[in-house]
Amino acid sequence: MKRAKRIFSLLVVFVLLMTGVVACGNKNGASEKGKEDTFKIGSIGPVTGAAAVYGAAVKNGAQLAVDEINADGGINGKQIEYKFEDDVNDAEKAVNAYNTLKDWGMQMLMGTVTSTPCIAVQSEALNDNMFLLTPSGTAIKCIEGANAFRLCFSDPAQGTKSAEYIGEHQIGKKIAIIYDSSDAYSKGIYENFTKEAKNQGLEVVSAEAFTEDNNKDFKVQLQKAKDADADVLFLPIYYTEASLILKQADDMEFAPAIFGCDGLDGLLTLEGFDKSLAEGVMLLTPFAANAEDEATQNFVTAFKDANDGQVPIQFAADAYDAIYAIKLAAENGEITPEMNASDICDKLADSMTKIELPGLTGDTKWEKDGEPNKEPKAVVVENGEYKMM
Amino acid sequence: MKKMKKFQLNKNKKNNFLTYGMIIVVYIIMQTLLSTGNVSSLLGGLLVPLCMYAIAAVSLNLVVGFSGELSLGQAGFMCVGAYSSALFSNLVGDAMPAGIRFFCAIIIGALVAGIFGILIGIPVLRLKGDYLAIVTLAFGEIIKNLINVVTLGKDKAGLHLSFTSSAGLNMDDSGEVIIDGALGITGTPRDANFTIGVILLLITVAVVLNLVHSRSGRAITAIRDNRIAAESIGLNITKYKLMAFAISTTLAGMAGVLYAHNLSSLTVKIFNYNTSILILVFVVLGGIGNIRGSIIAAVVLTALPELLRELSTYRMLIYAILLIAMMLFNWAPAAINFRERVAAKIKAKKKNQKEAA
Repeated sequence: MKRAKRIFSLLVVFVLLMTGVVACGNKNGASEKGKEDTFKIGSIGPVTGAAAVYGAAVKNGAQLAVDEINADGGINGKQIEYKFEDDVNDAEKAVNAYNTLKDWGMQMLMGTVTSTPCIAVQSEALNDNMFLLTPSGTAIKCIEGANAFRLCFSDPAQGTKSAEYIGEHQIGKKIAIIYDSSDAYSKGIYENFTKEAKNQGLEVVSAEAFTEDNNKDFKVQLQKAKDADADVLFLPIYYTEASLILKQADDMEFAPAIFGCDGLDGLLTLEGFDKSLAEGVMLLTPFAANAEDEATQNFVTAFKDANDGQVPIQFAADAYDAIYAIKLAAENGEITPEMNASDICDKLADSMTKIELPGLTGDTKWEKDGEPNKEPKAVVVENGEYKMM
Repeated sequence: MKKMKKFQLNKNKKNNFLTYGMIIVVYIIMQTLLSTGNVSSLLGGLLVPLCMYAIAAVSLNLVVGFSGELSLGQAGFMCVGAYSSALFSNLVGDAMPAGIRFFCAIIIGALVAGIFGILIGIPVLRLKGDYLAIVTLAFGEIIKNLINVVTLGKDKAGLHLSFTSSAGLNMDDSGEVIIDGALGITGTPRDANFTIGVILLLITVAVVLNLVHSRSGRAITAIRDNRIAAESIGLNITKYKLMAFAISTTLAGMAGVLYAHNLSSLTVKIFNYNTSILILVFVVLGGIGNIRGSIIAAVVLTALPELLRELSTYRMLIYAILLIAMMLFNWAPAAINFRERVAAKIKAKKKNQKEAA
């Protein structure tokens, strides 16, 4: 028995070593392939686990853009290859995914989708001088390096812009906030919202937290908001929790104006959710699938055709824009597929600040620090659909 | 009797050397491949996490396998080690050379986790039953939630601590937030590398093996096997259990230090209940009380899903099948029978060969 175990363990070690050797073989193959005439864009995000909706949206949105560009002749006449790796919204797995993509011969990274993995991958990418454009990593530190850019607003920007929006459009004066203290995105927005709220003359009458382990019953938080006579309920959280809050607020006959950020996007597509509860909910998102401009309409139709009639959410639009931003910058910097990732990064980082992208999520320019410069847009839910405000 | 004892010792020694040898051989092979540039980035990036999970599994095996208690909070102790060491490294920054800083970080992470282990062990290990499982489970969750609300910053005046938000720190302009609640610690210097990982793994294995084969180790296993008999010959039950548990948490803290210094973003989310169970799975599938098995299980079960990325979603399926296959191979009576038969056959064959020769 001992011997069998010993043999088994030796076998396992052997198999592992072999996989290592095979992986090396792959790597050599990949670098030879890299000499071919295509650009290789990699992407990382969660397509399994709790945040899978976002990763899948980014994957599909980017794929759509890549297909369009390829059909249209590619970047500088060269085709694009696009590869997506799963990270389950975990920093460690994201770094593994990044290394996998590097073995594949990635030249540019469009990702990662979520913030915490993005911070970890960003520091790897900075070491390798790999160009990084995150479609939706909102934490400030996602784009610390000179190689990193962002397409969406950062957490602080979302918080500040929300407060500005509420102040300017006089949606209400007494604000109640319910946020997720265990989530970086939610907490980041909350902190910056409260800072800006003072400047806008808004009064935060209650700010109550919950955590991911305790996100089913919000009656206590809602009762406090109700007792404080809040006229606006600010929800810098994700849509799954927001749907419960809306339901419980309705049960309590508490009906303030409800304002949220891009995390609420997805509320209307949630299964088993009574859409009438979301009536009048306002959210700060750069994209609404039923906006009437031609670009959005074309995108939505194409996305639906490619994905069994699924309506794209903001993340899909972010990814779509990100690919086009890379295309613009690549054309501006006149990069070619045979350049190595580091040279491409230097050129792209330079030309990113020069381009102006007429994107689905608004006309975007980039600052030197990698932050996008665009107008915030807000939508309101009317008759079960988003409407631009 | 004397002869038998000698034989026993030799067998132990042989077994131990096989474990050390396995680690060192794999290390040498990987290191040669690394230096000749023949390792894929994926495998290269996996090396430190592999060491980390192996350390965590071996340390848990000490509690589960040898002291016979169930601990469900190994990730919690790793979390404590990771956070305390990352905090230290960030506070010190460039004031110390990287090598010394990392050495101190390892000591600090291990000590802090060990102290928490002792604090938890003192009351709980006096009890009989499953209380350690309950309390360690709670500890993991409490630590996770506690660190989630802590913000800690540093400015000229010193350290500032707040349980609400970074605005509550009241720092001056030079202030820098180090622990930022749910965002955790970012920008920890990435001091960990494969060599240090392997050295720590060897230290862990040495500590556990030497303890297990020492007088104290025999006391620990005696308590596991029959508490009443052990008590009747005058063994101090709490002392020995606490010894095993504290050493285990110290080593888990060391694994946490490796984790924190391998990635530049550290959040508590990863140190949840699932991670504790994952480590327990390594221990159970590798064989309870089998150190080498724990290392192999940790390596296989961590590396495989990553190396199978080519198969995209099917890799989850393969992972599940592998779990079942390993469980059957190690524990199913039929599989054990089969293994014994195969072993007997091989033995017989060898004997025949010897006789023929």
